[in-house]
Amino acid sequence: MSAPLQPEDSVVIIGAGQAGVQTAEALRTLGFAGAIHLLGDEPHAPYHRPPLSKAWLAGEMDAAQLVMRSPEVLARKNITLRTGCTVRAIDRATKTVALADDSHLPYTGLVLATGSTPRTLNALNLPGADAKGVLALRSRDDASAISAQMAVCVEKNLGVVVIGGGFIGLEVAATARKKGLAVTVLEAAPRLLGRVLAPVLSDWYAALHRSHGVRLVLDAQVAALEADAEGAVCGVRMQDGSVVPAGLVVVGIGVAANDQLAAAAGLECERGIVVDACGRTSDASVVAAGDCTARRQSDGALLRLESVQNATEQGKSAAAALMGQERPFAATPWFWSDQYDKKLQMAGLSTGADAWAVRGDMGADLSHASFTVFHFKGATLLGADSVNAGKDHLAVRKLLDAGVSPTQQQVADTAQDLASLIAKPV
Amino acid sequence: MANITYIESNGTSTTIHLNDGWSLMQGATANGIDGIVGECGGSCACATCHCYVDEARLGDLPAASDGELDMLENVAAERKPNSRLACQIKATAALEGLIIRLPETQE
Repeated sequence: MSAPLQPEDSVVIIGAGQAGVQTAEALRTLGFAGAIHLLGDEPHAPYHRPPLSKAWLAGEMDAAQLVMRSPEVLARKNITLRTGCTVRAIDRATKTVALADDSHLPYTGLVLATGSTPRTLNALNLPGADAKGVLALRSRDDASAISAQMAVCVEKNLGVVVIGGGFIGLEVAATARKKGLAVTVLEAAPRLLGRVLAPVLSDWYAALHRSHGVRLVLDAQVAALEADAEGAVCGVRMQDGSVVPAGLVVVGIGVAANDQLAAAAGLECERGIVVDACGRTSDASVVAAGDCTARRQSDGALLRLESVQNATEQGKSAAAALMGQERPFAATPWFWSDQYDKKLQMAGLSTGADAWAVRGDMGADLSHASFTVFHFKGATLLGADSVNAGKDHLAVRKLLDAGVSPTQQQVADTAQDLASLIAKPV
Repeated sequence: MANITYIESNGTSTTIHLNDGWSLMQGATANGIDGIVGECGGSCACATCHCYVDEARLGDLPAASDGELDMLENVAAERKPNSRLACQIKATAALEGLIIRLPETQE
């Protein structure tokens, strides 16, 4: 481990999103008094991303409401924010970062919080992927562009096609329906959110979207995007030759970690910047946090998480690591997604589950649903996904944090208080 | 719109003018009031914008939703009868002069 930071030292944080801001504030909380340079490549001060696909896209909030920390607030904490600031390279030998304007910033400790970038249809070699009106959602400006094109679609009575039935795509679909737009969701897999949800919940979400008027196509095979004479997208052509007309195509087919700067600087990267549980990279002076990381677990496998919790927890761990402290991110992973009036809250990691149990009411008419799907591997509880059942979600997080596995019978029995299953200290 | 007074656990008091539709969480984070974190951006998913509402004014607030009541079970500081999540309280004229107190910890 490197020596803890001293007051005369300087920290450079590349990335002013959730992870970067969290790391900066955690450094101050831990007593670091030196300089902190928070570098963001977007033109905006740090803002909340979760509302982008929902309230922001729906036009229900203004830019000031989206602000996470204003420049004044950061300045009060002696955190120097630079927006519109792109880093060109990291020189680990001289401990400096080179900026796009050819200036250099020295660092004692470097934090990589560079986030992720949506995958594009170019990666799938789809003809027409560059047509105007084919958009992805990551930043505030992305969301504003989608919102503006949705307004055009409303005006001209054009439909919206969402490619990819993941969280971003489904949230955008729900928001578009709220605006009264005709929406088609094209998912290449046989079910929605197949990598994370139990089959019963994938089916439930398919039914939910269809009940709200979404045209959902599973096993969808997209052949090409069609553009009009001006180069604007006008439809999606399927392998069978049919065309889904569209004035807007939103692509939500996953993200790739922004690890290019780290890789170019010779840091270990594998589908992300490789870090340990404390956010440390292969260089003792460099830590990383958030979407850009791939965490090496105790069994050697790499874990990529793209969530607010991961950004904040790794940010706190990374700050502690720079201060010479061990603060592993050990809490149960959690995540949420808002679609229509349903809040999905996920706890744990369900990969490898071989059995599922349902607690509560999945709702014959969907509207009054409140339930949780538990994932088991053998007798071990791996995680659970709750729909409008926050109490279950919180109980599961506590059970998993405590390493307690209830039985399938126990979790399915709504008369059984889940929280009471956590062993009380004797 | 409403003027809302935030009192941090160390006694620091700040009054902020909030336009209609702004949540009490947004008012706090935009103005740098420590003591409100708002990790999830106001989605009622993280329980880090816990506050104690002036008890005499509780009746001026819309009742907490089931989702808010669920998440209040996860607040880091003591949950009291006047505990609310600041992200779920939107400014309206009815809240003029409201005082909320912030707990010592949110996480």
